[in-house]
Amino acid sequence: MSTTFWIILAGAVATYLTRIGGHLVISRFETIHPRVEAGLNAVPAAVLTALVAPELLHAGPAEWAALIVTVLVSLRGGLMAMFLAGAAVLIVARQFMG
Amino acid sequence: MAAEAISEGRTGSDFWDGVRLSMPVVVASAPFAILFGTIAVDNGVSVLEAFLMSAMIYGGASQMVGIELFGQHVAPWLIVLSIFAVNFRHVLYSAGIGRRIAHWPLLQQALGYFILTDPQFAIAEARAESGRPVGFVWYLGLGLPVYVFWVIESGLGAVFGKMIPDTHALGIDFLLPIYFLGLVLGFRKRPLWAPVVAASAVASIIAYRTVGSPWHVSIGALAGVLLAVILPPHHSGVGKRP
Repeated sequence: MSTTFWIILAGAVATYLTRIGGHLVISRFETIHPRVEAGLNAVPAAVLTALVAPELLHAGPAEWAALIVTVLVSLRGGLMAMFLAGAAVLIVARQFMG
Repeated sequence: MAAEAISEGRTGSDFWDGVRLSMPVVVASAPFAILFGTIAVDNGVSVLEAFLMSAMIYGGASQMVGIELFGQHVAPWLIVLSIFAVNFRHVLYSAGIGRRIAHWPLLQQALGYFILTDPQFAIAEARAESGRPVGFVWYLGLGLPVYVFWVIESGLGAVFGKMIPDTHALGIDFLLPIYFLGLVLGFRKRPLWAPVVAASAVASIIAYRTVGSPWHVSIGALAGVLLAVILPPHHSGVGKRP
């Protein structure tokens, strides 16, 4: 087996540890403190925001237009409508703004 | 007994409910799978190895980082550490989702954690929040198409990658941020949503500029989570739940 294969295998094990690790730690406690529960409830918004926010540093007019439309559509539409509207605006805007 | 019969009858529709929700994820991640395969082969990784990476690691950003490092001939342990660093945010996901799927049989849980990606976690959390159960069949309906398409498209990218047209004009580098923003907005009715988003946004941007990628994701996420922990419980609405 090549070195590359062993790196991939180790990377897969490391990744699986991150995907199960939080649960293994939390499940050792019988009850979850309300503050911990509040923290866990904040996880989706916190992580997804941390993934998106730095992208704003590189965003040009086409990207901003797409994000603004995404926010506006989110006030009424579902996730699919939001995504398609944002993507459509991005693709059209990039034809004109580069 | 009656309840059991009902839940069995609904199994099929639960699966297809999940599949329906997986479609935007399949669309948004397709360009990245193809791009990954293309870059992998460009960096001297074989088609089989690119395929294995997608099948075994199954985390887009970490695979891209791994491939970049393969091309630069850095020490193996450093590549593994980088993959771990990029994927570290999943620790928070598994802590959060564990509350929803703890009633599944152990093998189902083990598989559930294997396919716990960003959208998988966010969509499952949204379902739990709306009061519906996060069942294994529904979860699999959501995750399986994403996994299968991801692995197949990585292979296709590795084999046919040179045929990709102008990716910038098609906007594919910015599809995931749009989709993730949509997911963030979907949680806006949760208590503390605005302060958490603000804290994570500011912290991740500062960390991106100072510590650098990929740690900015985990640092930004922890800032938002810690804020929710520190604020008094009557703000977070946890105690009020029936």
